[in-house]
Amino acid sequence: MNRIKKFIEEAGWPRILIAVFLVVLFLVAPFVGVPVDAALSDTLVRFGMNGVLVLAMVPMVQSGCGLNFGLPLGIIAGLLGAVTSVELEAKGIPGVFTAMLIATPIAVVLGWGYGLLLNKVKGEEMMIATYVGFSSVAFMCIMWLVLPYSSSNMVWGYAGVGLRTTVSVEEFWQRAISDVAAFNIGDAFYFPTGMFLFFLLLCGVMWIFMRTRTGTAMTTVGSNPDYARASGVNINRMRTLSVILSTWLGALGIIVYEQSFGFIQLYMGPFMMAFPAVAALLIGGASVKKASIVNVIVGTFLFQGILTMTPSVINSMLQTDMSEVIRIIVSNGMILYALTRVTKVRS
Amino acid sequence: MKSSSGGNAVKLFCMRNAVPIVFLLVSSVGIYYSQFTAEYLIQEMLTRLARNSFLVLSLLIPIMAGMGLNFGMVLGAMAGQIGLIFISDWNISGLYGMTLAALIATPLAILFGWMCGVVLNKARGREMVTSYILGFFMNGVYQLAVLYGFGSLVPILNPELVLSRGYGIRNVTNLDNIRGTLDNAIELEIMGIHVPLATFLLIGLFCAFIVWFRRTKLGQDMRATGQDLSVAHSAGIPVMRTRIISIVISTVLAAYGQIIFLQNVGTLNTYNSHEQAGVFAIASLLVGGATVARASILNVFTGVLLFHLMFVVSPMAGKYLVGDAQIGEYFRVFVCYAIISLALVLHAWRRHADKERARAALRGEAGGAA
Repeated sequence: MNRIKKFIEEAGWPRILIAVFLVVLFLVAPFVGVPVDAALSDTLVRFGMNGVLVLAMVPMVQSGCGLNFGLPLGIIAGLLGAVTSVELEAKGIPGVFTAMLIATPIAVVLGWGYGLLLNKVKGEEMMIATYVGFSSVAFMCIMWLVLPYSSSNMVWGYAGVGLRTTVSVEEFWQRAISDVAAFNIGDAFYFPTGMFLFFLLLCGVMWIFMRTRTGTAMTTVGSNPDYARASGVNINRMRTLSVILSTWLGALGIIVYEQSFGFIQLYMGPFMMAFPAVAALLIGGASVKKASIVNVIVGTFLFQGILTMTPSVINSMLQTDMSEVIRIIVSNGMILYALTRVTKVRS
Repeated sequence: MKSSSGGNAVKLFCMRNAVPIVFLLVSSVGIYYSQFTAEYLIQEMLTRLARNSFLVLSLLIPIMAGMGLNFGMVLGAMAGQIGLIFISDWNISGLYGMTLAALIATPLAILFGWMCGVVLNKARGREMVTSYILGFFMNGVYQLAVLYGFGSLVPILNPELVLSRGYGIRNVTNLDNIRGTLDNAIELEIMGIHVPLATFLLIGLFCAFIVWFRRTKLGQDMRATGQDLSVAHSAGIPVMRTRIISIVISTVLAAYGQIIFLQNVGTLNTYNSHEQAGVFAIASLLVGGATVARASILNVFTGVLLFHLMFVVSPMAGKYLVGDAQIGEYFRVFVCYAIISLALVLHAWRRHADKERARAALRGEAGGAA
């Protein structure tokens, strides 16, 4: 009994409720006529799509910069890479890696500046990160119109300038990573092996990195800055490094997302993308100050599972689509829970 | 410090009001290029001043209590909208309708505000981001209620309001029954420009309320709480209660503000109107030269004026300047968010620098370089 109590206390009620909710959804699904194999396959694909974006939260949380609501900044770097690779007409796997290669220096520069900014505003990172994300997306809206891209696959047909709101990558690198060693079981079940391998590779690298000298120093900065300073760790450098890492992972994350989705979403597309990623990480058991790779994997699976299952199951049960509302309540409720919990522990 | 005291005063004035001054310059360039007539602009500014000031004013009290910008004011806006949905359902028009909507909205706003206050008390030190997320969260709850509850659990009589499936309010609710009632309650035209006098009177009344409120015991308690939580606590001020009251007042006022806003606009976007209320109000206040910790009534009016001036002018200026209205459109969105980030960064920066200085002072002269 005590062990159960302890488990509940550690995991927190919201997480358990969400996990139970998901299990119930999967159990109910066959009875209301939702094909389980298709649903499971959808969940897995979305899990792979969003995994890297959620992973991008980890370095910043670990170094004490809080939840990375500024994820759109990394996404923008990724979008620039993706759009440029389409402009260069790079195809297949080389195409995806071209996109990533181009995105990397942009992400590093943006992340570096973003990191310097966050170092100046310790304690207020999250609010400022949110608005840095928003303003950079709004700024890029202007840039997408002005930047001199000319590929006919991307610009508005009648004007010849300005990128379209969504750019299809079907002819270039749609599912280039996903399809590596992918297989089908039956008609509906598709398993994107390549995307999973790539995600797990990044998770593995991150896991190892967190155990290196630098990674440990980063965690120390997050959990006890005074102790870190006393041990001779340069706090600001570690924080900047973590922000660069987060931004870079955000850039890779959006490219993985796009190659599976098949479209590059520009303009206001990345505006709200930080929130699902933050919510997924928190559902996985992370707090504002601590996050692990397990949190990422569990959280992404639970959150994306709910996103996939609720529309189909609730639709068949109630004949209405409440999924959007449920998504808003679950994801923001989770963030709210995490934000109010931290101070409780502290005081 | 060598310059004369007059020069210093000018410098200080410019530093304190950097944001409004920059805005004024950008807008004047915009006005020049947009080719609007002065008459049009004055009319537009008067309308927008009447429309938005109340919402922005509702932000003042939490700032006084040291809780930063109350992003949770969207909760109040939601309460106001629920009131409006009911009066359009019962088809009560004119000033009576508005008053009734306000009466319905009040208890709801008190409830929301109390809830918001309790949550924010649990998240001390990160009130802004928490109230921001709370706004999103309650947006979900609001949608759940209005999209699924209204017409099924809550009886709605007028079928025109309800979606064709039988429950849930339509995306757009027409507010013809109260459109402009307050603005036109007292007719006044000066040189062909319509002045919404009654609305301005109400706003003036409210400003007087704020000035009076600052002098009351409660107002003083709030300022003390805003200065230093622990000092206020040891002085015997019920800190947590004071903070909750400040948020409740702000939420209720935001509800009234949203009702005034929507009676001017005339249509209610059931699922969007409240979302913009918060962002625009906060951006306006900051443009007026307010900071996260200090805001005055003057900031409100300057802010609304400057922000909306840019808002009106930028699409046309963008069109004539670069031949693309879309760029002007995006530009104003960008400015809206950039100004909020800038204000937040400046505030955090200053606070950080103060903290460093305090620590350096503790260490004495030798450690000052850290």
